[in-house]
Amino acid sequence: MIVTTIGTSQVHVDAEGFLTDYDEWSEDLARQLAGQIGIELTDRHLEVLRYLREDYKEQGETATLRRASLQTGVPVKELFALFPGKPAKKMAYIAGLPKPVGCV
Amino acid sequence: MTTTQAEPVIIPDFGDSTPTGRKLAIICSKGNLDMAYPGLILANAALGEGVQVDLFFTFWGFDMITKSRMEHLKFTMLGNTATHMPQGLGGLPGMTAMATHQMRKQIHDVGVPDVPEFLTQIVDSGGHLWACRLSAEMMQLDESDLYDGVEGIISAADFIEKTEGAQLLFI
Repeated sequence: MIVTTIGTSQVHVDAEGFLTDYDEWSEDLARQLAGQIGIELTDRHLEVLRYLREDYKEQGETATLRRASLQTGVPVKELFALFPGKPAKKMAYIAGLPKPVGCV
Repeated sequence: MTTTQAEPVIIPDFGDSTPTGRKLAIICSKGNLDMAYPGLILANAALGEGVQVDLFFTFWGFDMITKSRMEHLKFTMLGNTATHMPQGLGGLPGMTAMATHQMRKQIHDVGVPDVPEFLTQIVDSGGHLWACRLSAEMMQLDESDLYDGVEGIISAADFIEKTEGAQLLFI
């Protein structure tokens, strides 16, 4: 287990830098995590991130891109625009969750 | 054991700083329900990883993008030993319909969309769909018969040219 400092917070992360403790996340921290990968969070980003957090709490695993799109009503195209390149992994990272394991 | 790391902060590598320009070309040549999915699932996975993806639908794979057929792909037990059922059963009347129904249910239960919706997701994720010219001519179909997300009817040579440098999957 690695402890690192993001902004002013001490958080636990895995070898890749994904948060490992659900409760160490906050929206302030999310802004800093997003900033580290070149994303400035908007309300639209936060809408998706809040959903991911809630869904993880209920399901015990991170939603895939498809699930996130269906459940939030944010189109897949927009998710690619909000979190460019590797949207599912970036969403998980900023939401302080593990990478999604689902295929679709 | 817990170690404390001061600096630098660990940031996951999402490949943004060193884009690889990775491309994937997928040739879909089968029209069975079960054989439609491998290409769609791999295309979707690759797009989610930031890979450029082009799909070429040819021969029986044309059914996957033909409006009148794409919702009605079938699964048959015939010739498929992996069902572990007596082959004779597969030929009985109604067996293909039953097997298809069962497979559709299984696909739905794991949260995987049907073929038209999957194609929409692939297009929305930035994937490119191409129809094979020879197949279109053989089946006497034109663009009006095809799924709207198909970008064009092109020759095999055009597809090879478009996907220069790509990794290729033939399904």
